[in-house]
Amino acid sequence: MNNGAGKRINGGVEEDDEEDDVNGDLDAWERTYTDERSWESLQEDESGMLRPIDNQALYHSQYRRRLRSLSSTAARIQKGLIRYLYIVIDLSKAASEMDFRPSRIAVIAKHVEAFIREFFYQNPLSQVGIVTIKDGVASCLTDLGGSPESHINALMKKLECSGDSSLQNALDLVDGYLNQIPSYGHREVLLLYSALSTCDPGDIMETIQKCRKSKIRCSVIGLAAEMFICKHLCQETGGTYSVALDESHFKELILEHAPPPPAIAEFAVANLIKMGFPQRAAEGSISICSCHKEAKVGAGYTCPRCKARACELPTECRVCGLTLVSSPHLARSYHHLFPIAPFDEVSSSRLNDPIRKQQRNCFGCQQNLLDSVNKAGLAVVCPKCKRYFCLDCDIYIHESLHNCPGCDSFRHSKAATANED
Amino acid sequence: MASAPSKLYADDVSLVVVLLDTNLFFWSSSSVSFSQFLSQVLAFLNAILTLNQLNQVVVIATGYNSCDYIFDSALDLNRGIENGRMPAMSSSLLQKLEKFLIKDEQLSKEEPEGRIKSSLFSGSLSMSLCYMQRVFRSGALHPHPRILCLQGSPDGPEQYVAIMNAIFSAQRSKVPIDSCYIGAQNSAFLQQASYITGGVHHKPQNLDGLFQYLMTIFATDLHSRSFIHLPKSVGVDFRASCFCHKNTIDMGYICSVCLSIFCKHQKKCSTCGSVFGQAQSEVASASDKKRKTPET
Repeated sequence: MNNGAGKRINGGVEEDDEEDDVNGDLDAWERTYTDERSWESLQEDESGMLRPIDNQALYHSQYRRRLRSLSSTAARIQKGLIRYLYIVIDLSKAASEMDFRPSRIAVIAKHVEAFIREFFYQNPLSQVGIVTIKDGVASCLTDLGGSPESHINALMKKLECSGDSSLQNALDLVDGYLNQIPSYGHREVLLLYSALSTCDPGDIMETIQKCRKSKIRCSVIGLAAEMFICKHLCQETGGTYSVALDESHFKELILEHAPPPPAIAEFAVANLIKMGFPQRAAEGSISICSCHKEAKVGAGYTCPRCKARACELPTECRVCGLTLVSSPHLARSYHHLFPIAPFDEVSSSRLNDPIRKQQRNCFGCQQNLLDSVNKAGLAVVCPKCKRYFCLDCDIYIHESLHNCPGCDSFRHSKAATANED
Repeated sequence: MASAPSKLYADDVSLVVVLLDTNLFFWSSSSVSFSQFLSQVLAFLNAILTLNQLNQVVVIATGYNSCDYIFDSALDLNRGIENGRMPAMSSSLLQKLEKFLIKDEQLSKEEPEGRIKSSLFSGSLSMSLCYMQRVFRSGALHPHPRILCLQGSPDGPEQYVAIMNAIFSAQRSKVPIDSCYIGAQNSAFLQQASYITGGVHHKPQNLDGLFQYLMTIFATDLHSRSFIHLPKSVGVDFRASCFCHKNTIDMGYICSVCLSIFCKHQKKCSTCGSVFGQAQSEVASASDKKRKTPET
């Protein structure tokens, strides 16, 4: 929760108005430098030469803080892997404000597209639906489905903003839809709220309690200022509330919702889901595909139960309703179940220790750890296999690879560390 | 001069990371000897370096107990070791390989019988991907990297999760994984790796002519692959195996908590301990679930 964010945005808006009046004769290019003066953050070293701004150390320390907060609790938290997420986009008059360039809704649309792709990349078995609020009425733009293209195409066509925003109508609509999904799915709502008010037909507190009873986890990303009702909604349902400061911050906040959130224990009813693993149809076989309703040659998948042809995976067979997946789709989620431990920092004095000279290079990329590139003098060490890695490999391993090369490269790890010492 | 280097950087500059299988258990029972195999691979590496002046080759050895970097053509250390009988590159590679093999054997420990003797493929794959991230960071002008796996050892099921993680990361970074399987059976991991990342998988029929297979199929750089016909993968089997019997199944049941696959309906999930059909009263008791799931 960014409590300071709301205050800063409000303060900033007022200042801009004053400056426009007072400095009305400033050119547009000068106005962009009134707040940001990057030349003031340069530093000089001992001999008077300019020191390059060390973005890497800053980036890495931010990354490690985030990692620590995410994994501060035990690594084995159950995560909701099969998610049914509704994205609620506020298309009220406030969304056409231009404090985000070119307008709030343009920024929202761009990042929602990236979010949907990232979401399906990380959660291939999940489904997404889009709901819009316009003129005080909430309507469903796309139904829950597993194909990113259909959502993105539908969204890009309907981006006109007008009227008021209504939180209660949106929540009622989403509640109605999410009550129909199977019990093993995790129900989530992500609201992208630009307005500062909500026009509701009834008691919104009742709606919030209804959502809570239906076990829907609501999260809000605000673009204007912090609102009590959004904060209350997120607290009651177990979601997260954050307010975006600018476009890059908004992108960071929305992409934080792509990996599966911790599952709340009572919400998760474990169930066995019947799924099919279709084989690829033989090259040159001709059949009518069930999604496009036309004859196609080869390159499709045959449902094992009813033998209907589907074009892509994962999908639900249109004829018999069986969920069709391939084993890589399941494997994409395995790294959430088997996370690797965060690496510990190593100070530069330990690095220069003559005993450690054997590990002069980063184990992953063989880059020299004592190089001038790494002026911060930081390296990290895996707590299990005790191998040293550079900062960039640390970020790559934890964000993308999810394997520790050191742990995987030694069959009998205890013997290896004994040899090193 | 800024413009001169960019003219040298044509589309077909490649960086090939070769993952060489040095698993003692595999080579002791293979039809072709390790020295014959190695001589063909060395000729192939030399050929890649001559195809383009800016090509780079990195060799990582995949052993039974450990993995390590054996050779990097970008380093200048190769120059001085020239001895009359063979080029400097080969002699430095062979020296390091010998050191690696000795160290690998020293790391051996007593193991119970009946385990599949697989090499540490996931480790060398992870190391090669970290190396490629370093190449990507080095600037706008960099060779196009790809990975070539020369594997003969059987697939180790305990490495499944790690290998799939590496494959998805390679797919994300747009690094193709080519694989040349020289063992007896088929390797499902290698086929999936090449299919998902857009690489080429081939199992040569005659290992005496390995050099010819390597040159005609695996020496092609990424730019030329758009107009050169390479063997297509047929019949990649993406069906899953059930966790209880290890049979490949067409239809199965998936635990909604941990995504374990079962062939028959069960009351309780053997991986995460969730009881099906009931709301859970506590966070999943995953304390007995280790990183390398024992039965998968």
